[in-house]
Amino acid sequence: MMRPWSDRRAGGILGAASLLTCLCVLAMVAFVAVNAWPIFAHDGLRWLGPGGSIKGQIETMLNSTGHPPASVFHLRAWPIVYGTLLVTVLAVAIALPLAVLCAVFIVELAPAGVRGVMVPVVRLLASVPSVIWGLIGVLVLVPYVGNHLITTSERDSLLGTVQLTGASLLVAVVVLALMIAPIMVALICDALAAVPASWREGAAALGVNRPRAIRAVNLRAIRPAIVAATVLATGRALGEAIMISMVSGSFFFAPRPGDGLTFLFEPLRTIASTLVDYREGIGAPALKATLYALALLLLLSALVLSLGGHLIKQPLRRHQVPA
Amino acid sequence: MTTAVAELKSNEPERALTVPPVRTIVLDRPPEPVRPVSQRDAVRRIGLAAGPERLRLEEVSVSYGGKDAVRGVSLSIHQGEVLALIGPSGCGKTTLLRTLNRLTELTPNAARTGRIVLDGHDIHDLEDTALRARVAMVFQQPNPFPMSIFDNVAFALREQSRRRPRRAELEPLVLDALRRAGLYEEVKDDLHRPALRLSGGQQQRLCIARAIAPRPEVLLMDEPCSALDPISTGVVEDLIHELRRELAVVVVTHNLAQAHRVADKVAFMYLGDLVEYGTAQQVFEESRAPRTRDYVRGTFG
Amino acid sequence: MSAPLANPRGVALATRGRRSSVRTWRWSDRLAVLAAWAAGLFLCAVAAAVVIYMGYRGIEYLRPALLFSRPAPGVAQSETGGFLDPLLGTMLLTAIGIALAAPLAICSALWIVEYGRHGRARRMSRVVESSIEVVAGTPDIVIALFGVALFQLHALAFLSSTGEGGGVTGQSFIVAGAVMSLIALPPIFVATRDGLQAVPAHLREAAYALGKTRIATIRRVLLPRVRANLATGVTLGVSRIVADTAIVIVLLGDTLRFEPATGGLPGLRLLRGTGSSLTSYVFDNSPAGEAGAPQKAYAAAFVLLVFVVALNLVVERIGRAQASSQGLAADGGIA
Repeated sequence: MMRPWSDRRAGGILGAASLLTCLCVLAMVAFVAVNAWPIFAHDGLRWLGPGGSIKGQIETMLNSTGHPPASVFHLRAWPIVYGTLLVTVLAVAIALPLAVLCAVFIVELAPAGVRGVMVPVVRLLASVPSVIWGLIGVLVLVPYVGNHLITTSERDSLLGTVQLTGASLLVAVVVLALMIAPIMVALICDALAAVPASWREGAAALGVNRPRAIRAVNLRAIRPAIVAATVLATGRALGEAIMISMVSGSFFFAPRPGDGLTFLFEPLRTIASTLVDYREGIGAPALKATLYALALLLLLSALVLSLGGHLIKQPLRRHQVPA
Repeated sequence: MTTAVAELKSNEPERALTVPPVRTIVLDRPPEPVRPVSQRDAVRRIGLAAGPERLRLEEVSVSYGGKDAVRGVSLSIHQGEVLALIGPSGCGKTTLLRTLNRLTELTPNAARTGRIVLDGHDIHDLEDTALRARVAMVFQQPNPFPMSIFDNVAFALREQSRRRPRRAELEPLVLDALRRAGLYEEVKDDLHRPALRLSGGQQQRLCIARAIAPRPEVLLMDEPCSALDPISTGVVEDLIHELRRELAVVVVTHNLAQAHRVADKVAFMYLGDLVEYGTAQQVFEESRAPRTRDYVRGTFG
Repeated sequence: MSAPLANPRGVALATRGRRSSVRTWRWSDRLAVLAAWAAGLFLCAVAAAVVIYMGYRGIEYLRPALLFSRPAPGVAQSETGGFLDPLLGTMLLTAIGIALAAPLAICSALWIVEYGRHGRARRMSRVVESSIEVVAGTPDIVIALFGVALFQLHALAFLSSTGEGGGVTGQSFIVAGAVMSLIALPPIFVATRDGLQAVPAHLREAAYALGKTRIATIRRVLLPRVRANLATGVTLGVSRIVADTAIVIVLLGDTLRFEPATGGLPGLRLLRGTGSSLTSYVFDNSPAGEAGAPQKAYAAAFVLLVFVVALNLVVERIGRAQASSQGLAADGGIA
């Protein structure tokens, strides 16, 4: 017969499991940082800036073997950093109002039957795998953009520089916005539903019509939740690799806003999609260091985002019910 | 100040025949700020001559999902008077109060018969937002919005008007409302503090300021002091006493002593029926119905 | 609707008086309401479009034979076979991932809620919770690269195979499954922790008052109560593993069929070998991968979507069963 476990032993085992979890995370940061070191050792932080052709630099790294000379570690990754920022900022800028409006619709305006439909719909959208979004993007949206939206004159204007196939910033931003919006909707809906009925009643009793009451009171009350949702969505957008790799043209190019409308049709690469595209090259030491440096950048951004989210929420909490 | 108020009011569009031009209130006497205690008369009950009739209820019945909450109540509410609705819990006084500004419509299966007339117009025909601009309410639990003090008081002023008023227009109205609510002295140094940081009594007075800022004709108060400590209760009762000069005030209270202190007219309700209605003197001392006598003596409650 | 009340003593019931006329609203209010409706309906339309389109393509291209035949290299579509191997690969990965993640997550959650509330342990609890948050927020491609770095160490060569030239490949089912467990960890942890925290204090106190040790309380009282939360968390973890692509294409070796490793213990050869999953199959068959066979990609994607929808339904069912069994009204929340 088994002796009943003592509390201390059980506590020890459970604690060890928790510790193991922490260690995994620490190991993750450590391994990524260590492997990224050669790039930082070579140039400090300058590798984030612009300069030269990143395509050439990466090709050099890909083709190097064994113990490469120091010059091979030269990298100027600005085009893909810029691409990442561009895609993320635009996608969040579209998804945030969409999500807030949708959440207001679900919680405040929709009749009960419609609300019952919307809830599973949002949950479904949030769980569609990114490879399926990418598939729809590359097999439906990219040809549509390529065949119907890009004009010959636009193509000619960039002849020689880059080829406009339809795999573009536009498709990447639209699909990414659709991917992150449901996440935000879920969080904001929960926050809206938690607004105390006393405020609702108070606003009604003051003779304020429904939309104005919602805007002035409810949306103000849930500002911390909106911030949290935005942070979460931005983190998700930053890290999206598969879908972007499938729809954004996989071309080392920094889309130029000066090109007017053509700007939307230009291909790009983000940090995450570069990691996916060059995953096979991880054997070459120089490229390996580059990939890990980029991965470290993503990791640190995710950390900074969480921290920033926490910090922004604090002053907003001034106006909430004191905890 | 009255011109600024009038200008705000005139932003409302002209209406069709049955609906009056909104908010042309003629006050009996100019509004006065709450006077400090030392300047008030020693005798609490100043006999004010009752002003014009503001609200009239004619055979009002309210039911929730088929069950009657209020049956056949007829009352008259005048400016310059405080009407106290008293009665044991569940007698329908809160329901009756909430019917006066049609807040019962927020509940899905509420239904109402009878007529309620505000300044000669049936409230059924007024738009609900227009009605609630003239009949304000203060709730049992103070419910200031999650904004600054200034924004709270300015809320109704901002959101009720057609175009967005500028801050310079709002400021005198906000300060005036705070003075009339007796809160100005305590918060004047920083009006942008979050309203939720105030104490309970201050929050309730802020809610009162918020309610009276748009110059309503009637103020409904649903057990305004039940969540407050005795000192704050006293302050709010003084406030009610002063506010009745410019408004008609209806107070629901389950506290008989408070009714004694505050009321000019009293309506006693029991299980949905209006049992007795008259001046405070009549109901408390010369009650006609035996049930009233029992209640005010505390035989049941 | 407004009922005529000519007779004050009339029987006519009024339920609603005149509502605020839209005419008095500022145009920004009208716009806002329209925009909210548009947003809601738009998202509905997108979801419908995705489901209908994938369904249409799936029915067009999916044959039952595809589910049961093994993929084969080939040029023409008719030669390339089905995707049985990727399908089984997904299931194998899920099994390994959950087998590793669930005990770790549940133990951590138990420790934090039961043991880690006071004193020094409290700080440790916060560290554990923060690390899990970090993992939850890390992109899966970064986690995949971590896996590469870790499992290419010579010390861990036994988990995968060694290629020519002596370099450890660091790619195998065990490796991919182990790294997948990092993704499944946060959902299981959060669900378990929330479930445990929701257990009312008096249940614990009653157990302790009866003289039970803490561990016995956990086993007999707490864990049964949070069974539904555990199930939800595990299902969410499964759906994250099933949907993940980045870790698979980096760490599973990307071979169409199962390629068991040579040498070593026979039982472990499959686990140490390479293969593919549904997601990597879809990726490879799309224009982004080498094969460029959209029909197969659609078929496999349809199967994948069906899986995900089914997992969603399971989560919803558990949620409703839990709400009703605890006597609460089913909440209208989404998360």
